[in-house]
Amino acid sequence: MIPLSWYLIFAAALFSIGLYGVLARKNAIAILMGIELMLNAINVNLIAFWRYRTPEMLGGQVFAVIVFAVAAAEVAVGLALFISLYRRRNTIAADEIDLMKW
Amino acid sequence: MFDPMNSIAQWLTDLLSGWGLSSGLVIFILTLLGVVVVATFVLVLDIFLVWVERKVVARFQDRLGPNRLGPFGLIQPLADVIKLLIKEDITPSGADRVVYNLAPIMALATVLLLWAVIPFAPTMLGADISVGVLYIVAIGAIGTLGLIMAGWASNNKYALLGALRTVAMTVSYEVPMVVSLLLPVILARSMSLQEIVNRQSIWYIVAAPIAALIFLISAIAELGRAPFDLAEAESEIVAGFHIEYSGMKFGLFYAGELLHAVTMGALFATFFLGGWKGPFVEQVPILGVVYLLAKAMFLYWVIMWVKYSLPRVRIDHMLDFNWKLLTPLALVMVMATALLDKLLIGLAIPAGSLAYTFWMLVMNIFIGWATLSLLRTHARVERMRVGEPKPVARPELSGVKPTGITKV
Amino acid sequence: MTALQIIFILVAAMTLGAGMLVVTARNLIHSALWLVTALFGVAIMFVLLEAGFLAVVQVMVYIGAIAILIIFGIMLTRKIASDSGPRFTENWGWALFIAVVLFGGLTWLLASWSGFQAEPAPLSERFDSLRQLGVALVSPDGYVLAFELASVLLLAALIGALVIAWDRK
Repeated sequence: MIPLSWYLIFAAALFSIGLYGVLARKNAIAILMGIELMLNAINVNLIAFWRYRTPEMLGGQVFAVIVFAVAAAEVAVGLALFISLYRRRNTIAADEIDLMKW
Repeated sequence: MFDPMNSIAQWLTDLLSGWGLSSGLVIFILTLLGVVVVATFVLVLDIFLVWVERKVVARFQDRLGPNRLGPFGLIQPLADVIKLLIKEDITPSGADRVVYNLAPIMALATVLLLWAVIPFAPTMLGADISVGVLYIVAIGAIGTLGLIMAGWASNNKYALLGALRTVAMTVSYEVPMVVSLLLPVILARSMSLQEIVNRQSIWYIVAAPIAALIFLISAIAELGRAPFDLAEAESEIVAGFHIEYSGMKFGLFYAGELLHAVTMGALFATFFLGGWKGPFVEQVPILGVVYLLAKAMFLYWVIMWVKYSLPRVRIDHMLDFNWKLLTPLALVMVMATALLDKLLIGLAIPAGSLAYTFWMLVMNIFIGWATLSLLRTHARVERMRVGEPKPVARPELSGVKPTGITKV
Repeated sequence: MTALQIIFILVAAMTLGAGMLVVTARNLIHSALWLVTALFGVAIMFVLLEAGFLAVVQVMVYIGAIAILIIFGIMLTRKIASDSGPRFTENWGWALFIAVVLFGGLTWLLASWSGFQAEPAPLSERFDSLRQLGVALVSPDGYVLAFELASVLLLAALIGALVIAWDRK
């Protein structure tokens, strides 16, 4: 059987990789991909805890389903923002978008 | 009971256990064999489909089709395969090699994956998962990824344009397909395909004809076949996302498309036409395969009929049709079916009985009539708006008097 | 080493490897395709955790919608000249340090928790998690409020994304 620790370490590693992607990449969409990795790590964590601690109460799975919905909404709005930003500033590198209005 | 597949499986299990292998390994080997059998069956069917397609299109166009190679042209697909295999395999310069080679594989693989959950007979099923309907939608979603990969990796602006258009269309038409698939799920109270087939004592096409129609239209759009074939519009963007593919890679795309059409036919048969149900299927389970294939081929013929009879739809008309007609209609159907279902259960009419099906059919006919009259009104308003006399700047020069059309 | 453990190790290696390639790939579309691989690995993890519904929803929502949306976004925001400039910021060393410290900290914190090495309790045969999930999502003493709020959030995101990306020409 797979002990819980394996899942938790896997989720922590995926989360750290996503965090590195968010902090170290310039392209805004690459940052968004790092955020997606972090959200997936969170989901794995939630479902692992659900399965190992309270498999008969479905709260863990409901939490994960809501995280799915929130992640989808966030990606949609985020990409709409990026596309709108690209139309105005013609750049998508996060460190070049540093003025509010000029 | 004459059940050859299960008896062979049982004999193999005994044989392998007799050789001393652990039970886990035996199950693994048998599952692997099952996968190979289903995949081989489906792929051989695919080759046969090339012949069916060419003969049927010929008949629709009032000609004979291939009839030189072998009796009735049956060896023709083999000749096609040999031709594709010996063609030069060109990779365009600047193309992304790995993605370019992976895309046709993904296009065919996602179609093969669908056959894992289709029930062939009461006892023959790839994998009876409890979320079969969602699995089908998910695999369809992966299929669109293959299209983007093909379009982008070709390093060709027409391919990219075709791929983006195709993906926009495919993703849009997934919505009414998923919503219309909810209706057999509501009627059968389960998402497992075997359970949906088991519950169809009366075929669901009688209880939910509008859902069947919406599923058929969305399936034709998902396939990218006419009248929704702007992806491969030869007169517009020269074969769209698979322009740069030659030889067997194009063969994989083509075969994948044909197989996808039969798979959609098999899915329609499973959801709405009773799947493997037919006379004598409980006694002789292998007849279930025959019935399912017969229904799937009939649906494939209907899809081809639509393809070779209708002109192509423009992309903005197509998306309008999806978002302004199909999706609201599908949502209204789900609400109406769920409400009527609760009402009928409350009135102690059991699901699946004749009275239940009759009332569902009445509700469907009512909603269909309401939709058609709404469409008629809308069309009349549209016609009057378009036919209004338009102001001409200098009518004395044009020599044409602006006229309106006669009012309906 | 049971078969399940071998499968877990292979899938975890694939997912973590794909994750690292996501954040370090030179070509952004390759990055997106490695993201698809990582998401698929997470879906297999869900199957191992006996949450089959979530595995299928993961493939449908993440790979079928979000990943395709990200690829669209990449294609629509590419410069005509291919990706110029370094792909990492100047402070990537600090980012690496923070990520490693976070991972170490999380692992150390969890290891000192008593339930860390727990084994899974076997589920009873009649437990139908799919039906229970459906009931939990819509029952008034379940999570119907969270469910409705998620729907409102998705509606707001739909309208918001349309308004933001509208091309006022």
